[in-house]
Amino acid sequence: MNEIVNILLFMVSCILTNNFIFSRFLGCCPFLGVSSKVETSVSMGLAVTFVMTIASLFCYMIYNWLLVPLGLTFMSTIAFILVIAALVQFVEMFLKKSSPTLYSALGIYLPLITTNCAVLGVATLNVNNAYNLLYSVLNGTFSALGFTLAIVLMAGVRERLESSHIPECMKGFPITLVAAGLMAVAFMGFSGLV
Amino acid sequence: MTTILYAGALLGILGLIFGLVLTFASKKFHVDVDERVGQVKECLGGANCGACGYAGCDAFAQAVVDGKAPVNGCAPAGEKGIKEISRIMGMEAPDTEKMVARVLCQGTSGIAKDRYKYDGYQSCAVAASLAGGPKDCRFACIGLGDCQDKCAFDAIKMQDGIAVIDPDKCTACGACVKACPRSVIKLMPLSQNVIVRCRNEDAARLARAVCMDACIGCGRCKKECQYDAIVVENGYARINPDKCTRCGACAQVCPCKCITID
Repeated sequence: MNEIVNILLFMVSCILTNNFIFSRFLGCCPFLGVSSKVETSVSMGLAVTFVMTIASLFCYMIYNWLLVPLGLTFMSTIAFILVIAALVQFVEMFLKKSSPTLYSALGIYLPLITTNCAVLGVATLNVNNAYNLLYSVLNGTFSALGFTLAIVLMAGVRERLESSHIPECMKGFPITLVAAGLMAVAFMGFSGLV
Repeated sequence: MTTILYAGALLGILGLIFGLVLTFASKKFHVDVDERVGQVKECLGGANCGACGYAGCDAFAQAVVDGKAPVNGCAPAGEKGIKEISRIMGMEAPDTEKMVARVLCQGTSGIAKDRYKYDGYQSCAVAASLAGGPKDCRFACIGLGDCQDKCAFDAIKMQDGIAVIDPDKCTACGACVKACPRSVIKLMPLSQNVIVRCRNEDAARLARAVCMDACIGCGRCKKECQYDAIVVENGYARINPDKCTRCGACAQVCPCKCITID
């Protein structure tokens, strides 16, 4: 029972309090790049969730079962990148076969997950916080869900911005960045919740 | 020393394993793509200009192969490209005349009178909204290069305060036509090399007052033309490309030198 409460608290902390985009500022490239339509942003969020969960699992195993016993912990970054790159490639092939619509909707951003610092960030954070296997995977999933929440909210805001009257000089990215900043301020309200 | 060996070996082995898995996956998840899509895409303009109405060159190539888009839907592909696409699709190439964008203004600095000296943001659209634009003529090319910015093929240069289009580089995608706040640029058939380079609608004296080379609508070209190809409407002459034989007689008699032969 106590464990379940802990996990729920952990979830709230990952999704809201320590939101990857708004409080850790990781993964801002897809956040701005793929957030123009709600549909594609949901797909992007799910793709990132999938990759981050699997990446957390594999990175945990490689770090604790290979790097630590061999005394090669300094190699963590390069090993994680290797894992993530291979995973993303795999997911890309899988999507191309199973869902061409999703594949073309994600476009260039799917390969970009490779260089998405959120994915490398979650693996590094797992190591730094010394999470066990379960919590590493949960951290990956929940953080990515937080990312999804942020990007979907942003897409909603941007769809509305499309139809509103904005001064010429603020159209496009300027107003998007202002909106993102305001959302980050709003998410600061969650700090201290957990 | 052993650490280095371990590190190298570990990365090597990891890389090998991932490589094998990916090789296996690429075989297993192999998708057959119609190779014509790639071939068609090779023939297109490749600037993703969107003039065809599709999201980009990829989307257009896909639509052509699916039979949804016409083979001559890409203007930037040019005659050669359209022929090539028709060959890939196994069809006859439709007859299309190569079009080209022309600037219908000769109001270079000194010829067209300046209303004021414009020092602001370098955009025709902005300048046009400021007290009627920096040139006295309200039909003149402003010459701050909105069309140049939009041209994906580097065909437009600004010379002496007006836009000059290189017909060899122009693909008639129409981006400049949309960008021009004064509608100075028009798409015309490339073979139509006799062009009235002015669209001033004002009465003769007013037109002459703002630009030395303005068409005053005198109608001498119309009288000279044996083929009935010229009409004078709204105060300026225009040539019907279907009737015009490119003889150039009109250009000889024009008192304002606003009919040019390229």
